[in-house]
Amino acid sequence: MALLGNALFWAALAAVLFGQRRRVAFWPLLALALLLLFDQLCLPGFFGLEIRGGHLYGTRIDILNEGAKVMLLTLGMTLVIATGGVDLSVGAIMAIAGAVAAQASVAAHLPAGAAIALALGVSLLAGAWNGLLVAVLRIPPIVATLILMVAGRGVAQLITGGQIINFNDPALVYLGTGWFLGLPFTLTLVLAAFGLTALLTRRTALGLFIEAIGDSETASRYTGLPAHTVTFFVYVFSGFCSGLAGLVAAADIRSADANHAGLYLELDAILAAVVGGTSLTGGRFHLAGALVGALLMQTLTTTLYACNVSADVAPVPKALVILAACVLQSPTLRARWARRTRPAR
Amino acid sequence: MTGAVLEASGITKRFPGVTALEGVAFAARAGEVHALMGENGAGKSTLIKVLTGVHPRDGGEVRVGGRPIRPRSPREAEAAGIATVYQEVNLIPDLSVAENICLGRQPGRAGFIAWGGVRRRARAALARLGLELDVDRILSACSIAVQQLVAVARALDVSARVLILDEPTSSLDEREVKELFAVIRKLRSEGMAVVFVTHFLDQVYGISDRITVLRNGRLVGEFPAAELPRLQLVSHMLGRPVGEIAAAARAPAPPPRAAQAPVLEVTGFGRRGTLHPVDLRVGAGEVLGLAGLLGSGRTELAELLFGVARADSGQMRVDGRAAEARSPAASLRRRFGFTPEDRKTQAILPNLTVRENVIVALQVRRGIWRRIPRSEQDRLTARFVQALGIKLSGPEQAIRNLSGGNQQKVILARWLATEPRLLILDEPTRGIDVGAQADLERLLAKLRAEGLALVFISSEIAELVRNSQRVVVLRDRSKVAELAGEQVSEEAVMQAIAEKP
Repeated sequence: MALLGNALFWAALAAVLFGQRRRVAFWPLLALALLLLFDQLCLPGFFGLEIRGGHLYGTRIDILNEGAKVMLLTLGMTLVIATGGVDLSVGAIMAIAGAVAAQASVAAHLPAGAAIALALGVSLLAGAWNGLLVAVLRIPPIVATLILMVAGRGVAQLITGGQIINFNDPALVYLGTGWFLGLPFTLTLVLAAFGLTALLTRRTALGLFIEAIGDSETASRYTGLPAHTVTFFVYVFSGFCSGLAGLVAAADIRSADANHAGLYLELDAILAAVVGGTSLTGGRFHLAGALVGALLMQTLTTTLYACNVSADVAPVPKALVILAACVLQSPTLRARWARRTRPAR
Repeated sequence: MTGAVLEASGITKRFPGVTALEGVAFAARAGEVHALMGENGAGKSTLIKVLTGVHPRDGGEVRVGGRPIRPRSPREAEAAGIATVYQEVNLIPDLSVAENICLGRQPGRAGFIAWGGVRRRARAALARLGLELDVDRILSACSIAVQQLVAVARALDVSARVLILDEPTSSLDEREVKELFAVIRKLRSEGMAVVFVTHFLDQVYGISDRITVLRNGRLVGEFPAAELPRLQLVSHMLGRPVGEIAAAARAPAPPPRAAQAPVLEVTGFGRRGTLHPVDLRVGAGEVLGLAGLLGSGRTELAELLFGVARADSGQMRVDGRAAEARSPAASLRRRFGFTPEDRKTQAILPNLTVRENVIVALQVRRGIWRRIPRSEQDRLTARFVQALGIKLSGPEQAIRNLSGGNQQKVILARWLATEPRLLILDEPTRGIDVGAQADLERLLAKLRAEGLALVFISSEIAELVRNSQRVVVLRDRSKVAELAGEQVSEEAVMQAIAEKP
């Protein structure tokens, strides 16, 4: 049974790989597949799956669940990077969102729905602040978002009064720990957010506009494209995604921890987007690739823990794998590779 | 040649695919201002870059004071006595005047800077130009003219014998130009050989003793300024003989449409520091040519008309109703189109596909939510690829991989897809091959016949005269003439460009 399940898993992965062989997502997918192959061969129990009480448990499910936060962040981050910017404040916005939701629930006794709405509303405001600095005041994105990255945790501290706020409104907690259709609810959330983002960018002209701005903002302006408006709303959207991720992070541990919620996750989100094939110079973006990139990062982390690598040392092998994934995408290297494999006719 | 401080002969420079300079000779003499003239692509900047060691030369000889030199960097050229001030002030805005003047050669010892020495040296360098400035002032707090003068002071090290000024006046106003010229005259009287590159004819005649004209990478000639009439100079620059210009076969004037208001009409339309107020109008089925040398204000006028920059004086009327050129987006809604001069940075979206480049303006007009269905995108692209004869391997090819002429056609397709009523074409034929040029001219005639209003900007006067019903001539950022009907001829346009006010 387990054998059959694994065979099915690998067959599906191989089919996806083959289907994506000419797409940008191929390289991160390949890296993910190789990593999983290592796990399958070297780590007994890694591929175990079991059903308990109607819920699916296993390391691969943990990876999906744990990776949800970065996957949510990376959706917004990918669009921001596509405009030629970057959003360093996503981790801090997560902390703010968690703090707002916790205080709304605990101190103000608001129902879960209102607490969530309030947290997301504040996240939208935070995104609008970034958008204002970048799109209206024309401050370089790295500096503009650095402001909130630094100040955001302070704001979160103010909201929580410097305490870790515990909450246990079941509806709020469900966001991070609930089960839906036998799978963690976070997965549904990620899929819904992904579907919505894809719909919003590819079924409207938004995707084209974002790519045009990232490709050449000057040419976009000469074409009458409302570059500033689009850029502004892309940062607002990134704020929204950060808010969602912040709610998941807080719900997962049933508390708002202004100091640690989402700490350094902005870096994971940027890496996921870049590994997923979106260039830091802006232009073309790849949402699916970015999700694969986020999964790759999470699988790596989980694998390292499974290998008993301590959390202090884990960043080193992690950096090596990321380096490999990035080198694989280097245009210089690929051009050279293409020349070598295809000798001059 | 006697008295030549800088002497270059047989200078040849090749870039992959083009010969930028071929056997060019140039000499700068002590106590003279020597203007280097030529249209875009004539090779002025390349010559200067070869002289100053930015580009290595492929042939020829350069001597300073009789001694052959072969500078491999601007620094080596400086050491040989050639000081250069480039078009864009390449100083550091956040440092003080003194620091900018001494940067890279600060007096001091063992890695420590002697700040007193820095200030003294800066003051001495400025005094040489007859300037007294607070050398501790931050450079960005000074006017552009003063910054330009600081650049001159920096360039003029003790050993400098030749000063090259590459378009130093392009961002200065009249008073500031006077200030700069006073300094140039002072240096000249001290025996400095000054090389001056500019597009402003009045300035050339205002200060130059000698003029060298380049065209298409070749030397046309060296002339004493006093013996070269303006018209002759323009004729040399453009490569059209003055007396022998045959009246080119021209498109007939459009049928009179007296009752109809012009599509676009502006009066007193201008922007301070960019363009002196102009009046012009263009009607349906008419091509209005804008003539003038580079820097005459043609492009600036086009950008003001399309709303890329905002005019600060004058009125605009569209179809007889008052309007405002607020932004490119507003112009797009008005069904205006604009192909900018700098195709590479202002028009193409280099990494996007030909299809995306074609549909983007139409998509902007329809708005974000009403995405053009893919099938319609494909149809539009296919239609224009066929109609304009765009050569490509497929509509999903990135536009950056097309040739210049094909890129230009794609940009035209982008605006034609919006079904414009007015199209502003800024140098649409620059840098594209002859076949594509002929295609574009045919297209222009066809569009005009269909009732489009066109504003056509070109440095090629023959082309302009061939395609325009009326020509407005600009010089030194002002409108100086308007020619219509029978008056439109190459000779008349050149007269107007060259004429003294």
